[in-house]
Amino acid sequence: MNVLNEDRKQETAARHICYHCGEECREEIIIADGHEFCCNGCFNVYDILKESDLCGYYAVEGATGISPDKAYFNGKYDYLELPEVSGKIIEFTDHQLSRVNWHIPGMHCSSCIWLLEQLYKFNPAVRSSVVNFPEKKVRITFETEKIRLSELAALISRIGYEPYISLNDLGDRQIKKWNRTRLYKIGIAGFCFGNIMMLSFPEYFHLGNTGSDQNLRVTFGFLNLALSIPVLLYCAGDFFKSAWSALKGKYLNIDAPIVLALLSIFGLSLYQILSGTGPGYFDSLTGAVFFMLTGRFFQDKTYDGISFDRDYKSYFPVGVSVLKDGTEARTPITGLAPGDIVLVRNAELIPADAVLLSPEAWIDYSFVSGEAEPVSRKKGDTVYAGGKQTGTAIQLEVLRKVSQSYLTQLWNNDAFSREKEDQNKTLSARINRYFSVIVLIIATVTFLIWYFVKKDPETAFRAFTTCLLVACPCGLLFSSTFTNGNILSLFGINRCYPKNADAVECLSHIDTVVFDKTGTITRSEEADVQFVGKELSEDELVIIRTVAAQSSHPLSRMIVGNLGHIQLSKRSLGNYAEVSGAGIEVLWGKQEIRLGSAAWVGAPSENSNDLSFSRVYVSMDQVVLGYFAIRVQYRDNLPEAISALQKCGFKTFLLSGDKPADQPFLSGVFGNEAMLHFNRKPDEKLEFIKTLQNRENRNVLMIGDGLNDAGALRQSNVGMAVSDDTGNFSPSCDMIMEGRQLSRLPAFIRLARSGQKIIKASFAVSVIYNILGLFFAIGGKLSPVLAAILMPVSLITIVAFTTAASNLAASRIFRD
Amino acid sequence: MSAFYVMIITSLFIAVAFLSAFIWSVRKGHYDDDYTPSIRILLDEPVSEKSTRKDK
Repeated sequence: MNVLNEDRKQETAARHICYHCGEECREEIIIADGHEFCCNGCFNVYDILKESDLCGYYAVEGATGISPDKAYFNGKYDYLELPEVSGKIIEFTDHQLSRVNWHIPGMHCSSCIWLLEQLYKFNPAVRSSVVNFPEKKVRITFETEKIRLSELAALISRIGYEPYISLNDLGDRQIKKWNRTRLYKIGIAGFCFGNIMMLSFPEYFHLGNTGSDQNLRVTFGFLNLALSIPVLLYCAGDFFKSAWSALKGKYLNIDAPIVLALLSIFGLSLYQILSGTGPGYFDSLTGAVFFMLTGRFFQDKTYDGISFDRDYKSYFPVGVSVLKDGTEARTPITGLAPGDIVLVRNAELIPADAVLLSPEAWIDYSFVSGEAEPVSRKKGDTVYAGGKQTGTAIQLEVLRKVSQSYLTQLWNNDAFSREKEDQNKTLSARINRYFSVIVLIIATVTFLIWYFVKKDPETAFRAFTTCLLVACPCGLLFSSTFTNGNILSLFGINRCYPKNADAVECLSHIDTVVFDKTGTITRSEEADVQFVGKELSEDELVIIRTVAAQSSHPLSRMIVGNLGHIQLSKRSLGNYAEVSGAGIEVLWGKQEIRLGSAAWVGAPSENSNDLSFSRVYVSMDQVVLGYFAIRVQYRDNLPEAISALQKCGFKTFLLSGDKPADQPFLSGVFGNEAMLHFNRKPDEKLEFIKTLQNRENRNVLMIGDGLNDAGALRQSNVGMAVSDDTGNFSPSCDMIMEGRQLSRLPAFIRLARSGQKIIKASFAVSVIYNILGLFFAIGGKLSPVLAAILMPVSLITIVAFTTAASNLAASRIFRD
Repeated sequence: MSAFYVMIITSLFIAVAFLSAFIWSVRKGHYDDDYTPSIRILLDEPVSEKSTRKDK
């Protein structure tokens, strides 16, 4: 028996924290200047900082660096030199100085601001760099002659801040412009509102009724009219546009009653001024616009703050490697033409429909179809845009040009999750569709009664407009959006990442929890691994670790983690293939290496009774060297978490593809053996979930690692993937949770449930508000300005209520 | 009462001046980022040991 894990154990006894990124050092530890680093990348960043005399970075409070992108390669940013790309990215240039405004998703703390604003220390050609933290952007001015765009991108990548460059950066500039326009509109509306109020003072206090003041009165009236025109035409423009576009689509949206109210106030006031019968209601008109604009501004700010920014576009390789005469060049995705030969590396996306030129490829279409199993394609087959290559690099000949928008659409479509999200969206849509119609009917009936029955035209107009203004569906529409949005970010803080708000809502209805075993309730990084077989040489260990590192299977990761003291080889591997449930195979030079089950490597399968560990066999050129005996370790607090779930009335099941190992321990945890299901193949797992849902009418939460249970994750009401490194994204799941947080699962479900209660409460508040508001409006007891103030106030109340209530619930739940 | 006309015109001018000041500040980007400047002011300039301010 060959014992490899002695020194590994000693290493983990004392925790090593990387000086740069603050993460625990898992693999090789680099020691320099008395500091420890988890990887070469972090050490390099430290080295660069030290060279430029910027070690003050580590003194800034809360500073934790970012480990630089491992996928960086020389020439990654070469495509930025292409004129058509740089033209889109450079914001301004006078051929001496240029300016770019890059999105840096990795920016996360005040020391990031500090470091990014010191860029000129790294390279004097950078004139200035200014960070906009809320937008996660840095605006860099640099000397065009001295530093190239690609060098600049490489420089900030090297210190750990990889810029996210998308050709849609242009769209971003429009957002900023729109943001400013919104401020102009609020400013102008406020200006006009204030001045009209001042000019209306005589009216408010019934002054100026004597004959000598008549001229002043007329002047004031016309001044008010003049001041209200820009408000109606410019500031309120967005309401008109939105109402009109909804009307063209043959339905009434929230803005329709508002527009009608504004027009009727303006018309009435215009009539009064021109006929000299009254002062008009210009103060109400401009006040309504001002308060509504402010309310929307606040609403959008809050929404931006809590929105879960998963930009599907970030999965795109914006630059594509094109082979021309045997040399590789980077081209933007929009510059691809039919007949081009592109190179797609491991885990890169296929940018266009193309014909495969390499002998074989394994394409993962999970983004398109939700099917996580990679499919094999042979030379000459057509592959479609959106697939992801797994394995070694492949060459493709482009068939059809594919627009970026098509690819984006593909992701957003999410055909595989649509049915789960339906119910909620229709509720909002229904409120949106009928609310305006109902309000219009109420307002019209009120108007008719006041006008014809009570013969009071003035009150009729006032009641009509206040009805339209005071009724605010925002509370009804947004109470779930804001609550779920806030809960989403609370989940994120606690390291569980739901795909969207609907996933949180589904989580609150869960009554059954099904666990996968390997990689889910077991720890993937730490396991008792022993090699049984012939003595392995250093070279063989390097080969085994390098091959195992290609796979994301939990057992492979355990082997990689266990062989931590062995260096990874940088050589490229040929014919990489991974067969789910069997193993991996690869060519190491001319040697054929296989890791996997006994049948996969051709070892005689021992029918031993010792089921307490899993075996991974190793063979080189069909010679079986032995196997790794892997004794998995369960996550901390697992029994407590599961018994807490059972106490709350959840049914818990274990669904494993493995042999029935550790049965006594697990049946203790899960209650009895009937809850344990072993030896289930992926499709049987799916069937099991289906049976639970259909026969017993249960809402199932499936927790798996997203690798061999993708089908079950998709079938379940909520599929949660547990991952020890959150980069492992499986599109068929609704949530990704960090492995260590599994013990807090009951807390997460409780938070989701309190979220539902909060939504119901705020819904009730908003219904009561609308009924009260309409009641006073119908009675003609509400002035238009007050109605216009009440509308944003109700929205702010709802937002404040949902945010405060969900934060309070979270702090109560997560306190322990 | 003719003084009113002068006063109204003056007050409108003052208000327009403030409005244009607001529009100018928005256009200059003062409202684009309302968070970073508050952090930036608290961060120290790095004190270099090698080059002790000889470039100043």
